[in-house]
Amino acid sequence: MSESGLRVVWVYPDLLSTYGDQGNVLVVERRARQRRLGVQRVDVRSDQPIPTSGDIYLVGGGEDRPQRLAAERLRRDSGLSRAVDNGAIVFSVCAGYQILGHEFINDLGQREPGLGLLDVTSTRGEGERCVGDVLADMDERLGLPQLTGFENHQGVTHLGPTARPLARVRLGRGNGTGDGTEGAWNDTVFGTYMHGPVLARNPQIADLLLKLALDVNALPPVDDRWYEALRAERIAAATQPA
Amino acid sequence: MAGNTEPLPPRAKLAVTAGKAAAAVSRAAGRGSGSVIGGKVALRLDPDLLAKLAQNLDVVLVSATNGKTTTTRLIAEALRAAGPVVSNALGANMPAGITAALAGSGEARYGVIEVDEKYLAAVARDVTPKAIALLNLSRDQLDRAAETRMLAERWREGLSGSKAVIVANADDPLVVWAASSSPNVVWVAAGQEWKDDAWSCPACGGVMQRPGDDWFCGECGFRRPTPSWALSGDHVLDPHGSAWPIHLQLPGRANKANATTSAAVAAAFGVPPQTALERMYSVTAVAGRYDVVSFQGREIRLLLAKNPAGWLETFSLIDGPPAPVILSVNARGADGTDTSWLWDVDYSRLAGHPICVIGDRKLDLAVRLEVAGVDFQVCENAAEAIRQCPPGRIEAIANYTAFQDLRRIVGN
Ligand SMILES: [Zn+2]
Repeated sequence: MSESGLRVVWVYPDLLSTYGDQGNVLVVERRARQRRLGVQRVDVRSDQPIPTSGDIYLVGGGEDRPQRLAAERLRRDSGLSRAVDNGAIVFSVCAGYQILGHEFINDLGQREPGLGLLDVTSTRGEGERCVGDVLADMDERLGLPQLTGFENHQGVTHLGPTARPLARVRLGRGNGTGDGTEGAWNDTVFGTYMHGPVLARNPQIADLLLKLALDVNALPPVDDRWYEALRAERIAAATQPA
Repeated sequence: MAGNTEPLPPRAKLAVTAGKAAAAVSRAAGRGSGSVIGGKVALRLDPDLLAKLAQNLDVVLVSATNGKTTTTRLIAEALRAAGPVVSNALGANMPAGITAALAGSGEARYGVIEVDEKYLAAVARDVTPKAIALLNLSRDQLDRAAETRMLAERWREGLSGSKAVIVANADDPLVVWAASSSPNVVWVAAGQEWKDDAWSCPACGGVMQRPGDDWFCGECGFRRPTPSWALSGDHVLDPHGSAWPIHLQLPGRANKANATTSAAVAAAFGVPPQTALERMYSVTAVAGRYDVVSFQGREIRLLLAKNPAGWLETFSLIDGPPAPVILSVNARGADGTDTSWLWDVDYSRLAGHPICVIGDRKLDLAVRLEVAGVDFQVCENAAEAIRQCPPGRIEAIANYTAFQDLRRIVGN
């Protein structure tokens, strides 16, 4: 953490911000400020270099061609990988999650190399697009309450031996592999298929990112009334579909 | 002679009759106006019906993510200066609804047709329009709509070689990409406040540069075309440099843009801008949108905003603080079930307004507003929200089914 406070880097909003992904940035920023932490938000467009001195990097979802362009530019840039080597936290969603893995299927139907920051490999599902509310139990090592999210993707992501599933789905598809896993994480790098955006529905994950970045075990409480009300409603909606 | 005087061939006639019968049955069963189901039955009996119905009309198609219903109304009013018009004024904008509307065309000379973005290319193939108005493209209904850029691509393929005059917004790079495969384009500087779907060059994927009102790709030659028509403040500038005042009862910059495009379309049909713009004044509410309804001593203005670009334009037209604002969001089938888009809307622009949130997804809105740092109140329903507001003007902004709910409650 630099003098000016936490540096929150939003990676490529011009390419990877199709599904309200700015929401994750706003939630992290807001919850840091509510704890009176200085925050510097850095939006990095895909024609700009990725700074290596960020504390938290957020990577969003995008459409198929922008996803390929983002992967090409991130591989060429290498800043994100160097930041992770320096211990930075990365939280990625959907197309961004696939890019952090070893490879995914691009808009041309070809295998596109990712950054290899997560031990996962993605393909494209054959069946219907996964769309709907998801309820899942977070990996017990993270010590977090249930994950509620909204999925809207066609991807299928297989985890390798050094990636842990972020959660196990009770309702919904998650990684789409049929093994009940959703998302992946490894040390400081996280990936998920959940939108919502996911940090708005799971503010404890936003707090986890802050704690990891600050290297602390606890943060002062904030008023979570509306988050809790939303969580309760969405968990009920997932359990009792209309 | 463009009047709809040539008799329909027998098969088409049978299809029209069967469609009308189905519509009547559907109405009798209490399932709405029945026009779409009628069109479906008719199209099944005669798949070429749409083409046959259109063959004696001079047709203009209107498509966009936002503003197509209003613009269709404005163009229809303008063209009535030149002759009778048939239009799908109720917004049934897929082939069945369009067929149903044209089946009632009578002696109409002009067809002014709103078309859903996904069906534009197919409908354009069927009805050989004289003009096509393309207003804007942006993210909408993320759970099921095609990707925005793919829509632009489909328009581009579908319209390449079209003989129609394409009247297209020079300020939306996706629209420009879609239109520029056509030989005959009239560019309109209609503006586009929302920019977040066109930072990536549709031609080459390069990063778009957007200084001021201009835009160009940093890597290939794709750039903003020189417009021949423009919206400038409260005036339409025509290709000769003359400025014509816009007098609309509809509020907001976006509707001035719609009027500008409509004037350019009208000119392609020989209606001069002054006549066209004067006629547009008669349009007040469009399917309830912009209507001001008296309810429990309040004047509630009903505003429909279905996606981030629409919300952005709506924020720019509402009365300033302390005018109270009611926000209502649902996520039913017709709205799209993915509410992530709420986070693409800059709700901090509502700071200073008293805000009440309602609708099926009021808690999503509550968290959104909490994170935006603006004060708000969550209300159980519209009646409670309205009671919270002092007598006077209330701005009520809602997405699709929430808007219909609101209209029902306030008796509009
Ligand atoms: Zn380019």
